[in-house]
Amino acid sequence: MIEHQNLVCFRGLHLPEPWTMAAYESIGGYKVWRKILAEQTPADQLIADLKTAVLRGRGGAGFPTGLKWSFLQRNAPGQKYVLCNSDEGEPGTCKDRDILRFNPHQLIEGMAIAGYVMGATVGYNYIRGEFWEPFQRCEAALAEAYAAGLLGKNIQGKGVDFDLYNHLGAGAYICGEETALMESLEGRKGQPRFKPPFPANYGLYGRPTTINNTETFASVPVILADREDGQKGCDWFLNLGKPNNGGMKIFCVTGHVNRPGNYEIPLGTPFRDLLELAGGVREGHTLKAVIPGGSSAPVLPAATMMELTMDYDAIGKAGSMLGSGAVIVMDDTVCMVQILTRLMDFYYEESCGQCTPCREGSGWVHRILWRILNGEGHIEQLELLESISSKVIGHTICVFGEAFALPILSFLKHFRQEFIDHIKLKRCGVADGQV
Amino acid sequence: MDKFNIEIDGKTIEADPGSMLIEAADNNGIHIPRFCYHKKLSVAANCRMCLVEVEKAPKPLPACATPVTAGMIVRTRSKKALEAQRAVMEFLLINHPLDCPICDQGGECELQDVAMGYGKDLSRYTEGKRTVKDKNIGPLISTEMTRCIQCTRCVRFGEEVAGFREMGGMNRGEHLEIGTYLDHNLQSEVSGNIIDLCPVGALTSKPFRFKARAWELQQRPSIAPHDALGSNINVHLRRGEVMRVVPRDNESINETWLSDRDRFAYTGLNSDDRLMQPMIKRKGVWETVDWSLALEQAAIGLKEIINLEGADELAALASTQSTLEELYLLQKIMRCLGSPHVDHRVRQIDFSCQDAMPLFPGLYQSIEQIEHADQILILGSNIHHDMPLLALRIRKAQVHGAKVHAINPLPFTYHFDVQHDCVCDPQDMIILLMGIAAALNISLGVEASISDTAKAIATDLQSGKRVTILLGVLVEHHPQSSLIRHLAKLIADQCLGQVGLLTEGPNAAGAWLAGMVPHRQAAGKKANKMGQDAAQLCETPKKGYVLFNLEPLDIGQTNVMQTLKAAKFVIALTSFKQADLLDVADVILPIAPFTETVGTFVNLTGLWQSFTAVSKPFGEVRPGWKVLRVLGNLLELPGFDYEDAFAIRDELKAQVDAFTPDAPAPLPAITKPSAQEGLVRVGHWPIYRGDPLVRRAQPLQDSGLNGSVAAFVHPALAVRLKLTVGQHVIVQQSHAHIQLPLQVDERLPMNVVYIPAGYSETAILADYAAVILGAAT
Repeated sequence: MIEHQNLVCFRGLHLPEPWTMAAYESIGGYKVWRKILAEQTPADQLIADLKTAVLRGRGGAGFPTGLKWSFLQRNAPGQKYVLCNSDEGEPGTCKDRDILRFNPHQLIEGMAIAGYVMGATVGYNYIRGEFWEPFQRCEAALAEAYAAGLLGKNIQGKGVDFDLYNHLGAGAYICGEETALMESLEGRKGQPRFKPPFPANYGLYGRPTTINNTETFASVPVILADREDGQKGCDWFLNLGKPNNGGMKIFCVTGHVNRPGNYEIPLGTPFRDLLELAGGVREGHTLKAVIPGGSSAPVLPAATMMELTMDYDAIGKAGSMLGSGAVIVMDDTVCMVQILTRLMDFYYEESCGQCTPCREGSGWVHRILWRILNGEGHIEQLELLESISSKVIGHTICVFGEAFALPILSFLKHFRQEFIDHIKLKRCGVADGQV
Repeated sequence: MDKFNIEIDGKTIEADPGSMLIEAADNNGIHIPRFCYHKKLSVAANCRMCLVEVEKAPKPLPACATPVTAGMIVRTRSKKALEAQRAVMEFLLINHPLDCPICDQGGECELQDVAMGYGKDLSRYTEGKRTVKDKNIGPLISTEMTRCIQCTRCVRFGEEVAGFREMGGMNRGEHLEIGTYLDHNLQSEVSGNIIDLCPVGALTSKPFRFKARAWELQQRPSIAPHDALGSNINVHLRRGEVMRVVPRDNESINETWLSDRDRFAYTGLNSDDRLMQPMIKRKGVWETVDWSLALEQAAIGLKEIINLEGADELAALASTQSTLEELYLLQKIMRCLGSPHVDHRVRQIDFSCQDAMPLFPGLYQSIEQIEHADQILILGSNIHHDMPLLALRIRKAQVHGAKVHAINPLPFTYHFDVQHDCVCDPQDMIILLMGIAAALNISLGVEASISDTAKAIATDLQSGKRVTILLGVLVEHHPQSSLIRHLAKLIADQCLGQVGLLTEGPNAAGAWLAGMVPHRQAAGKKANKMGQDAAQLCETPKKGYVLFNLEPLDIGQTNVMQTLKAAKFVIALTSFKQADLLDVADVILPIAPFTETVGTFVNLTGLWQSFTAVSKPFGEVRPGWKVLRVLGNLLELPGFDYEDAFAIRDELKAQVDAFTPDAPAPLPAITKPSAQEGLVRVGHWPIYRGDPLVRRAQPLQDSGLNGSVAAFVHPALAVRLKLTVGQHVIVQQSHAHIQLPLQVDERLPMNVVYIPAGYSETAILADYAAVILGAAT
């Protein structure tokens, strides 16, 4: 059985008050930043290391971070920005919250390095509106970092500027979409922009911008640090995971397991092991289905899941997404109709309403599912749900459309019979054991 | 960059680099359905109706937001494209009420049209539809927000074009609603454009509501008769009755827009006091008579004045709402009768620069060029209200980086950034201008002190490459108008810029060309006999007056009413039965408003825009040019045998083309501004009070843009005079006193009392004249 490894983002978790600067520095914190400042390490070298480590974006899309950072040239003129997407709102996901709460300095160090690499002198950490405690921790950490002279103008007298601000959102899921986040940060209604242009060309305030997830930034200092055994951090990081899926990843295991929580384990760990780590499925029940990457990832049935390893490529191949690493575990008591309806409640509520297919489609599927759930459904409505979903996919401004349409298609693909039963029985058959 | 080829639906077309796919398609007659896209607004890409298939793109792309690239292959009607378009159409319709039979937009609805092409005849949506509570956004626009498809054109219009964010999107997802957040009347003077922009029936014209169906309407082109821009319009009629006015695209004038004044003033056409028949006053009693009697009476009256009092005792005043033809004939009659006393400048006080005027007042540059100015100085104009669409051009310039400065005797609101917004009393305006001139090293011959503001404005103007100084009506009415013009000219010359005159009414330029000024005949020929100007004509009574399209409260001169009352004989040619006119006139002849006559307006760029009658005259009403022609005949004057109105225009045009006027005289010398002591009343005709037609347009009157009829002072002045807000005060000038409620505005200069003109309550007050305020007992 694997253990908690907590080697990257949670590396200080064993310490008392790990969120303090003293605690962070006691485990090598800010060493990389100080070294970069002292040696004026070429940005290309840092990007090369990130590419070697194959750090893929931890927010959901899995885009290689080194490549993303190479889009912004350090020496290009004009203001550039580094943004951290801490608007963690995907149902099932709770990893960034714990990074913000327990290891804010590592995030700050990661963002400062990012600012250095891309020549951005200003960074914003956009924190989800409900995250009051994490916000306060981040504010305290920011004050410590400024006091230690690690942020600000002409840092350590090395001619490097980097100012960082924490920004508390107002509680909208859509602001986790990178361009909606920028709109929100600029003081407007959080609605995604159409792309192109992409943030690397036209981002915050119309300036070149790089935006990454909290976990991504927080992984950077560890990747760029030299190991005690002389190994390069990036090689070590890559070897933690598997090829093309470097490093550790935090999985937020929720649902019907005995020990739900955040687990930082190597990418490529078998799901079977992760499930065991989380204490396994509740006593007396069997695994029914898993949503492996947050609520917008397609659901996979137990049998498929049990054969998978937890990494971007394997889960992608199986028809779902690793996403943010939110693993929602469901046992045999779960009514899939109810689960999907609950998910669609969320998406109905959170659609920004800007573009037609999402605004209208999210309400339509939500209403149909409620009918089916309450025994008012018709068998034709299953095809209608699929039809609506397929008409949303690929037609919207941002991927929110896919985020609710893909789950519908997956639920109907893997658990269609439950929906049929619901319609025929005019009630739930799972709950009373009739199905 | 050079154009390159792209292929749309198998057709190879040329496209401009940087343009969007939808523009390339539109330019080549390939129709792609759309709702949120509008050529004059930013790209929102939110409706998703214009999704098309682009080769090598994995997903269908919105044509409105996809830049063209060389060699791009696009299919707008392929299976993939049509599937996407039909999908979006279905989504748009599920929550749309489909209440076309009771919707005003029916028949001219973009949603209806596109649904015919891309919708299904049967809906798969069996859930309850969304309903949205209606908003009350004023007397001009009617809302039915359940029909809204959230395209945000109205929102973007406010933000981007009008510069005034009134509409916005509230809530999220399916609950997204467009509205003003807190219900209030739209305050934008160009708000009506969102009616045209709205692709569905969510925003429709309130005055037009339930009046007619689109397919019952006939469309006739015309020219808007309210400001000097000469916006191009289409008048929509049903069975000969004017139903509404909409803009007619003209990129060089009004683009696709129309001001609310030009759009809704037609509602005044059917006002209750519309004059239907000629009237004569016999022994103080008005009688309705037929045309022959009325014209006979008019001719007899005029002849009597000529014969008994002499031609010098006859004068004619006309408004700039009159057509070129009417003004030309009127001055021709007067001059044939031997009277040189003709004028249209009825609100002007200072005429000392009249010989220095060019052939006609105007912008002396194209309207489009205003957009490209980099320094704009507005002098004496509430630009958004005086010339709403010109203000939009200035806004465009400002958005592109131009700096705008304003110097006004009254505080106004701007929907663009104003670098220096100087509100100062009429004398300080001149002192400030002298300071700017001095800061630009212009030698004035008089002492000038350079304030910090003057220096800053001068520095900005000097840095400009395309400087424009715009002189508005508050300069035209200013008692030292000539001095201001001279200073503006000197400043503009120093900065290699241009001075533009923003005249009132649609045809001030035409009035000058037609010779409706006492010192010049038609085509700018020097008058054989110098006449008296409007101020003198109102100050020192003549025995006989002809008032053309003018009501006394359109005249900004002192003593108008006494003068007219004292006259022996007054003929009023007008469209409306107005109390003051009934009071002073002896003969009233009903003439046609712009919708019922043929004519020409010359706009502020000197463009002659002719229009024809769009409807038959009301009752016994006759076009003004015909009335004047017959009057000319009755008076046995030569040269009044015109076949039609075009013959009059062509006669004048030939004169203008043949005659080269002398170079304008130099502007009068710079003098020190005259001193002002005590309080000065400054008036301004509010946006919807400027002419007889607009004053009768009830929806515009109800819009709230006119402001209130009150005496406005600085709060500190109110304190000093021991007056309180809302209290009735006595406003006293040398010859008159009236009572008005007191209002305060802290942006007013200390010694300025703003009292709006254009109301019968305030018509007696002189503009730019000393005033005393006291508590009413």
